[in-house]
Amino acid sequence: MQKLLLLGDEAIAQGAIDAGLSGVYAYPGTPSTEITEYIQGSKIARERNIHSQWSANEKTAMETALGMSYAGKRAMTCMKHVGLNVAADAFINAAITGVNGGLVVVVADDPSMHSSQNEQDSRVYGKFAMISILEPHNQQEAYDMAYNAFELSEKYALPVMIRITTRLAHSRAGVIRKPMLDENKSSLPKDPTQFVLLPAFARRNYKHLLSTRPDLEMVSTESPYNWLMDGHDKSLGIVACGIAYNYLMENFQDRDLNHPVLKLSQYPMPRRDINHLIEECDEILVLEDGYPVIEELLKGYQEAGTPIHGRLDGTLPRDGELNPNIVAAAFNLPVEEGAPVPDMVKSRPPAMCKGCGHIDAYRALNIALEEYGPGRVFADIGCYTLGALPPYNAINSCVDMGASITMAKGAADAGLHPSVAVIGDSTFTHSGMTGLLDAVSEKTPITVIISDNFTTGMTGGQDSQALGHLENIIKGIGVEPEHIRVFKPTAANLDEMVEIMREELDYNGVSVIIPRRQCIQTLRNKSLVHKVKELGL
Amino acid sequence: MKSDIVLAGVGGQGILSIAATIGMAAVDNNLYLKQAEVHGMSQRGGDVQSHLRLSSQPIASDLIPKGKADIILSVEPMESLRYLPFLSKKGWLVTNTTPFVNIPEYPDMDKVIAEIQNQPNHIAIDADKIAGEVGNRRASNIVMLGAASPFIDIAYDALEEGIRKIFNRKGEKIVEVNLKALRAGKQATEEAIAHMN
Repeated sequence: MQKLLLLGDEAIAQGAIDAGLSGVYAYPGTPSTEITEYIQGSKIARERNIHSQWSANEKTAMETALGMSYAGKRAMTCMKHVGLNVAADAFINAAITGVNGGLVVVVADDPSMHSSQNEQDSRVYGKFAMISILEPHNQQEAYDMAYNAFELSEKYALPVMIRITTRLAHSRAGVIRKPMLDENKSSLPKDPTQFVLLPAFARRNYKHLLSTRPDLEMVSTESPYNWLMDGHDKSLGIVACGIAYNYLMENFQDRDLNHPVLKLSQYPMPRRDINHLIEECDEILVLEDGYPVIEELLKGYQEAGTPIHGRLDGTLPRDGELNPNIVAAAFNLPVEEGAPVPDMVKSRPPAMCKGCGHIDAYRALNIALEEYGPGRVFADIGCYTLGALPPYNAINSCVDMGASITMAKGAADAGLHPSVAVIGDSTFTHSGMTGLLDAVSEKTPITVIISDNFTTGMTGGQDSQALGHLENIIKGIGVEPEHIRVFKPTAANLDEMVEIMREELDYNGVSVIIPRRQCIQTLRNKSLVHKVKELGL
Repeated sequence: MKSDIVLAGVGGQGILSIAATIGMAAVDNNLYLKQAEVHGMSQRGGDVQSHLRLSSQPIASDLIPKGKADIILSVEPMESLRYLPFLSKKGWLVTNTTPFVNIPEYPDMDKVIAEIQNQPNHIAIDADKIAGEVGNRRASNIVMLGAASPFIDIAYDALEEGIRKIFNRKGEKIVEVNLKALRAGKQATEEAIAHMN
């Protein structure tokens, strides 16, 4: 069979389609975006009418996927690691309700924070929820795991997590497909109280979840994704998790690897193999991309017994993504590095595009705020976060989706005036609306700038749920119509923009300013251009 | 066979099209391939790189270890120097000489060129100019692929076939321009090497 050349993200998408997926629910977030985009572009997915439209945020995505599972169909939800924080309530409770149709939660972590504000490890969440976690080491395994995860989910009636990191998400390799399965037929849960987490039912369900522990451990022990390789040098045993296994093997392409290795890609940990390795080896090295999750488990609090090496004792760096060289260093292997980077090579940070509307909005804001001094702009997650960099130096915070409005409110409550929030249209409908309601309820003097470019820009121009609804939402939340100010951010409009901003900064209540111009990266998206025209925006 | 290639450039310069073309050619020739790309934040005008690995044997790591790259293929001159630690002693630095200046402290071009020429094995060509001559300056990325093609262990025909498949959706005209760009790049390298000898 012809191999498909797929990103790790795309391999998961194809695996899910082939496993009889009926719907994917997601909000864009690097490095997870391409999973959903692949399904949106898939011909088979269209023919099967597999749901793939973007959700408003990760929580709505997770809940909708759970609803599809309730109705008996196979559903998947995908997000970046911090997206799981947004969806955490639904995620943890989905393990208590359990599932009907298979439910797969794909989380793409971003160690080294290539496009993120932290490098949290989603395996911690998977353990917290007490469900099976699959961590593929290559694209084929990513495909196979997605293909098999729905069956595993249905067998134990629990969600299954697939955890990848940036490197696998965005690396391409050949993948061989399996036969396509039919979609599930609709069916209601056998027990009508299964999804009702009233304390009485929740206690029963939780006991059931706890009772599955030995089963899930047994599945890990028998998993085709976990394997033990023997080695005669028992001075060291190696646990290599997910993609870290690749970096280990890269270093032993041309030299013998004489130590026993446990390749680990399915959790909870297979106790039999771990015990075997600990019993026969003098010391253990744990290689894992992300937090030292397994290392910490093996080490324990008392640090008694077999010495465990890894990120916690400095054998590997405590933070950042692994790579072949870091793993080589852990084995004291020589690295024949090429010439050093010449001093003249300057860093080239990402920047807002030439002609971007956010730039004009920031120029105006900086002028309008001159008389008040710096330190009063709370921003959010999106391209406009790049306004933190020179030459704009326009913002003072970027924490999580929606935090601009609520932090501005908190600072205003503390007496900061003016207190300004900068948020994008898509981020606003993701998590900004509820914070705006808080401010409206108390008539807190804040100025909210919703820099509207009709898209989710940073992740590549996905649909924005705000399109065509923004003013209605803002009015509906209760912002006074005369303090909702819309204009087109251009260099020619600078004076007008500054004037409007000054007026609203002065207002002792909630103002929403909407600089509105289409993202220049999406100008070639004909259907979006058409839609914008139709809406008269 | 094995070819480990670091593709370098600035977000938006088209290194992923180079990677896709080589990838297509590799798959058609039953080679193993791994190609780590950069998506997301850096695509907004930041430095981007892609590690492309081809081999007749299964490949372990998605990332090339330092000192192991056979080729640095860069569509931008300063960016070609950023990845020198990855280049093996026998490796080739193949770069475009037209700079992409979007930072205030971009180094003096003469110094950049001198540093490139300082590398033991290098090909430096003005891909933007050559692409303009064949009909579309935006095909400079494919000129660079052509320039690197003599060092990649894949038949030239297979790269041409890759171009046809990758650009097919964009119409015959775009396919033709890119095939010309590929050829012109290859020719530039062949001339440079003849000149060295």
